[in-house]
Amino acid sequence: MSGTTAVTTPTGRAVTTPAGRLASLARAELTLLGRSKGALVTAVLVPLALPFTLRSAVDQMDVKEAGLTVGMVLLPAAIGFSLLFAVYSTLVGVYTARREELVLKRLRTGELRDAEILSGAALPAVTTGLLQSLLVAAGSTALLDVPAPRAPHLAVLGLLLGLVMCAALAGVTAGLTRTVESAQVTTMPLVLVSMIGSGVAVPLELLPDNLASVCELLPLSPVITLVRGGWTGSLSAYEALGAVATALAWTVIAVFAVRRWFRWEPRR
Amino acid sequence: MDRNEHEHVIEVTDLRRVYGGGFEAVRGISFSVRPGEIFALLGTNGAGKTSTVELLEGLARPSGGQVRILGHDPYTERAVVRPRTGVMLQEGGFPSELTVAETARMWAGCVSGARPTEEALALVGLAGKTDVRVKQLSGGERRRLDLALALLGEPEVLFLDEPTTGLDAEGRRDTWELVRALRDAGTTVLLTTHYLEEAEGLADRLAILHEGRIAAAGTPAEVTASQPSRISFELPEGYFLGDLPALGELGVIGHEVDGRVVRLRTRELQRAATGVLVWAERAGVELRGLDARSASLEEAFLGIAREASGSALEKEHVA
Repeated sequence: MSGTTAVTTPTGRAVTTPAGRLASLARAELTLLGRSKGALVTAVLVPLALPFTLRSAVDQMDVKEAGLTVGMVLLPAAIGFSLLFAVYSTLVGVYTARREELVLKRLRTGELRDAEILSGAALPAVTTGLLQSLLVAAGSTALLDVPAPRAPHLAVLGLLLGLVMCAALAGVTAGLTRTVESAQVTTMPLVLVSMIGSGVAVPLELLPDNLASVCELLPLSPVITLVRGGWTGSLSAYEALGAVATALAWTVIAVFAVRRWFRWEPRR
Repeated sequence: MDRNEHEHVIEVTDLRRVYGGGFEAVRGISFSVRPGEIFALLGTNGAGKTSTVELLEGLARPSGGQVRILGHDPYTERAVVRPRTGVMLQEGGFPSELTVAETARMWAGCVSGARPTEEALALVGLAGKTDVRVKQLSGGERRRLDLALALLGEPEVLFLDEPTTGLDAEGRRDTWELVRALRDAGTTVLLTTHYLEEAEGLADRLAILHEGRIAAAGTPAEVTASQPSRISFELPEGYFLGDLPALGELGVIGHEVDGRVVRLRTRELQRAATGVLVWAERAGVELRGLDARSASLEEAFLGIAREASGSALEKEHVA
């Protein structure tokens, strides 16, 4: 620590931009994701392995009666897994870990806005979820004889809404999570409810009608509905609009909850 | 001119901070810091230093009162203030799995007008540690990394929350030298510390915080001068306190006797010391353990702590 001469007064200052700040943060988070085995398993391995384990179960289901094929069940399911694990669960861990290490507090002393901190940290996980979904769509087309989507705009819309919503829900859950270890517990409710009630592991078409109509209101249900509808093309404009509205409502609620209740510092 | 608000880089007025549980950590403090000044907030743990600094940094909204940094509210006008300030938190704040270079690069991407990261790391002596993961750094090295990042944007105002805690003696001296150099280059520095010698040696002005209030403020010399000087000695065998000249006439304002040891407090050290020595000369006795000294900041600090709440604080700082 020498060199008093190196201390100079500011001259011409380059100003940071939101995009530059986001990129800087995202790059660091990507490095961290690559260095954490646990996060890699959750983000990469689990979402890609689960559809295979589901395959035999789906083969037993009466999917034909519901007017579906095995591929039409597995493809939305795989995208659902990707959203739940690569995006949601991974991000709950990321937000909690950064908070406990006081990284979030430190970042808030700088020029980053709060929304930029959470978005920048989310970028690698959200990108992983997006790439996985595209990979799964391509894989299903090649391996499960899934035809080209009839209403691709609905599938794209559903996927994008799902990515944003899962990131926001991760922020909500992280606010309720004390440690990285307890994140495994706090993420369970949404993961389980979505697998059972949102048509991820069990298609909603196979549930009793009145139960199905309640389950349609769960956060991930509209996403799965839009993705499946995008491929089958059987969704009416009314149904599609309802699903979009439900997904938007959950996203707005989650963003509000994050703004209101997100914890930037560890509890003492 | 002093009253002109543009003369002050940091202006704090009747600042209060009440936590969720109702605990009032900051209880109405006011002070101001001029450009290019090093200002220290001195206090024991729990005095309210960090609670205060976090309000100055704009991390939380005050429960009452007002903060102005460079004329702006650091909480509501974050976008205006942040590019001009640098912050070093009391602890941590870096992902443990990133290397020093990666951490600095991440931070540099979020700082307007950032100097080269190598330059900032070299300033704090971490140039040789760029490929080391943060989790493998010693506590002192982590403090220095934090300082390097606070300096990345060449800030006009620097907040340092206990910058030398955890550093060894050499690291502490290096940090002091660096902070002085920054001040000489025009940076305004607000730091907290519980090291008295740090406040005394480094700060142009300081405030002693105690239980959320400012107990004393001014230059180190002013704060010290508010406390009495002390004389102590052993009474010779066969003599009693009453054998001394009338203490009040020597300018002594207080005294204690502990066995044979006498301690006198005075604001007129020369007069009291002369009185005692002339008496000893005339009586032909030797005053063993004779000690006469002006108050130090430490005594001022202990005096304030003692006045307010007794011995718990005293132990910590005498030890």
